[in-house]
Amino acid sequence: MGAPRPYTLVAELTYKCPLKCLYCSNPLTFSQMRDELSTEQWVRTFSEAADLGVVQLHLSGGEPVVRKDLPELIRHARSRDLYTNLITGGTLLNEKMLREFRDCGLDHIQLSIQDTDRRKAELVAGIRSYDKKLEIAPLIKKLGFSLTINVVMHRMNIDHVPALIAQASELGAQRLELANTQYHAWAEKNRSVLMPTRAQPGASRIA
Amino acid sequence: MSEPRMGDPVADAPASWRPRLAPRARLRWDEVEKRYMLVFPEAALMLNETAPEILKLCDGEHTIEGIVDSLAQRFAGIDRKTIEEDVTTFLARIKARGLLEG
Repeated sequence: MGAPRPYTLVAELTYKCPLKCLYCSNPLTFSQMRDELSTEQWVRTFSEAADLGVVQLHLSGGEPVVRKDLPELIRHARSRDLYTNLITGGTLLNEKMLREFRDCGLDHIQLSIQDTDRRKAELVAGIRSYDKKLEIAPLIKKLGFSLTINVVMHRMNIDHVPALIAQASELGAQRLELANTQYHAWAEKNRSVLMPTRAQPGASRIA
Repeated sequence: MSEPRMGDPVADAPASWRPRLAPRARLRWDEVEKRYMLVFPEAALMLNETAPEILKLCDGEHTIEGIVDSLAQRFAGIDRKTIEEDVTTFLARIKARGLLEG
């Protein structure tokens, strides 16, 4: 018997990101890291993954859109028939880039939203980003992509689940992913402000 | 572009319904298992031999009746009623996952 077949590859293309989220999963020392895998190395990795039976490819980071070779990587992934998903914060995207990604064969976009409350969203993200995200979502839809909204859950937004559902629906998302903060790296460091109180999870239950 | 609601049975769909595979769903040949697979965000369905033949006809052109007609011609040995039931059951499952439009 061989090893079980892998279905999914999460490719963290870069640690670079314009957002500075309190729960970031980048290593604490990422700002000192300079080296990234080259285009050729990723191309080879995607090919090897496809040969192993991988079907789903998540292009993630950091912010994968900072990679200048992203169109080329998407094109190669699609040439190997990988179902290609871009996991993005959305703040660096524009219509021209989205059009290019679509023409390269990108299958799906997952956009992160921090909160429905602008002030809290930007407190968590560390920069002005709320309006830009809400502007990019309709463009993603306009270009025909299906959209997943992803929200990392923590003390400041866990009470906003009904509002997050309503917002995702308004933005035309087909899926909404509510992901608990994973308490390692930056999230562990910032645990005291992120960890929900004991009372919160029950309170956010939808009646 | 409105999406079908979860659990909407195909049986209740109007006869004029021309199902179309949602843009986010992709039918692909799987070289590892040597069969077709329907891939969509975060998941995939391994398909039997006839399922891809049905999905290939979900192009927004064929009605359910048209799909059944087409399959009945190709699988001449099989009773039309059986084909109709299979098509309806299968498409209801795919529609319930929000992967059919039209």
